[in-house]
Amino acid sequence: MNEPGLFVIGATHHTAPIEVREKLSLGAEAAASLHAELGTMPGLREFALVSTCNRIEFYGVAETAEAAVCVQAAFCARQRFTVEEFEKFRLSLRGRHAVQHLFEVASGLDSQMLGETEIFGQVKEAYAAAQARRSAGPVLNRVFQKTFQAAKMARTHSAITEGRVSVANVAVDLAVNIFGDLTGTRVLLLGAGEIGEKTAKAFQGRGATGLTVASRRLERAMELATSLGAGALPFEHREAKLADFDVVVGSTSAPDLVVSHGATTAAMRKRPDRPLFFIDLALPRDIDPAVAGLQNVFLYNLDDLAKIAERNRAAREAEISKCRALLTERAAALWQQVEPQIGLLSRPGAGGSPDRLSTPDKVSPA
Amino acid sequence: MSSALTDRQWLWIAAEFYLVVFLTGTFAQVRGRPHSSVFNYLLMVVGYTCQLMGLFLRGRAVGGCPLGNYFEILQFTAWSATTLYLVIGVTFRSSMLGYFTACLTAALSIVSLAIPSWDATRRTGIFGGNPWIEFHAALALFSYGVFALLALTSLMFLLRNYSLKSKRVGGWFSFLPSILDLDHIGVRLLGAGVTILTISLAVGAAWWLRKTESVDVLKILATVAVWAAAAVVLGLRLGRKLLAGRFAWTCLVLFAAALLSLWAVNASRHPASPAATAVVKS
Repeated sequence: MNEPGLFVIGATHHTAPIEVREKLSLGAEAAASLHAELGTMPGLREFALVSTCNRIEFYGVAETAEAAVCVQAAFCARQRFTVEEFEKFRLSLRGRHAVQHLFEVASGLDSQMLGETEIFGQVKEAYAAAQARRSAGPVLNRVFQKTFQAAKMARTHSAITEGRVSVANVAVDLAVNIFGDLTGTRVLLLGAGEIGEKTAKAFQGRGATGLTVASRRLERAMELATSLGAGALPFEHREAKLADFDVVVGSTSAPDLVVSHGATTAAMRKRPDRPLFFIDLALPRDIDPAVAGLQNVFLYNLDDLAKIAERNRAAREAEISKCRALLTERAAALWQQVEPQIGLLSRPGAGGSPDRLSTPDKVSPA
Repeated sequence: MSSALTDRQWLWIAAEFYLVVFLTGTFAQVRGRPHSSVFNYLLMVVGYTCQLMGLFLRGRAVGGCPLGNYFEILQFTAWSATTLYLVIGVTFRSSMLGYFTACLTAALSIVSLAIPSWDATRRTGIFGGNPWIEFHAALALFSYGVFALLALTSLMFLLRNYSLKSKRVGGWFSFLPSILDLDHIGVRLLGAGVTILTISLAVGAAWWLRKTESVDVLKILATVAVWAAAAVVLGLRLGRKLLAGRFAWTCLVLFAAALLSLWAVNASRHPASPAATAVVKS
């Protein structure tokens, strides 16, 4: 770590458990304050901070060997963490390896949920924040811009982001396979448990607006319905109103079935030309398995969804080496361009003020 | 307008383009990758244009819509199906519909080209210079093209239904449109097919009533049977009596019946006006 040049230091879900990441996480105000502090740090020419629930990473361009150490010390002091303790969980990479790491982060290859695409937006936000605070200069501008290109290329040329890997998103994908556009789809959530809530949110995230919650405890149903912006239905009306819904998510802790074959048959008589999709996330199961034999009725239980998610995860993992090879090639090419640029920084009298970041000459794009 | 290529050469080229779309699509399915819908659509457009050129040259040679033998009938049916796909494919953004259309049109085109006896006799002036009879025949065949596309969407529905029921949703099943979209496309296609065939039969009937001996009973029975079957299926579907998988299977049977009826139609062909008709042996 004690060398000038491009570096990344931080902690990720690979290196630190959640309890540690909680302590290391930076709120918006703390991040702004740290940004300001690092902006005045001698020898640190450029930096950007990537902070998500699974990682806190400082990307920097150091003019002196001490700069990275100072960044680490400043961060640890702010988080009331000893440097010795932090080093147990620390990620520290330099030069081409730092570039490669950023490429892998942005393309979802380093994510806890392999191939997720949210991280791409988070890295973009981190870069935008660095630009806004004028802490990104010629080197980081080039590195981040090439990172976004590389991540897009990796997603296009590999199957790393294909298929859903969470049960809730798999269920929503299945609903799309049945109904196409989910905008007008009516969803009934039976039970107010966490997994049901997550699934309901996943449906809302994909455009489903007609959400209704029915729970054995009406007040809990009302509470969840309010938080989701949904309607509530008395639990005892669930079967009588079945025909009004396209998707039924079962997530109660009831010991017996809460939707019977008879009720489903009656519902389908009222809406024979519109499919009915049951997602049974409960154990013991909420939906009578016999409904799967009815025409235009589709039933998936927790095991079915988990198997699909697992298959998708395995398919993504099979793409890791291909994706990494693509990124390695790009990272090496970028490093060849950036390395001489960084080499110039350590020369005496290299452009701009050596001690402060917020100088206008450092914000022009590469 | 003159062409360096013959009508059959144009039609061979068209068939090859359709085949390329089918083969590239199959290759993509095997690899589990979505195929480029824009690229395939463009290939289909090129194939369609070549087929149009071939049918135009044939139509000019026979002095009317080229529907004088099995070869011409199958080519026209394939062309009709492609016409509809090029419209519907854009609306529904379904690359799989293009894949299945390419499969069907390549099969119909290549089979019709590969059997020389189907094109051995070229009848000219089969409509006796009567544009209404020609209109009737062209519309009827166009409706068969609609039924061909209906059969394809029905097949896609059955595959999608199977994938969801059997919980095999990965691989190339993931490129199929949704159950509900396929059902809606199917109902609309059936409605369009019945409407076009109804107009065609109404036009044909108007002329047949003036000269009842001009058309064989077998031809009338076959055509009316297809029309009645399609109308009944549409009625049952709209009345929500025939749904989902059963509706899809019925549509497949309907297209098979329509294809079989072409034999009866062609076998009982009478020239509208013997004086205006000639038979050319190719």
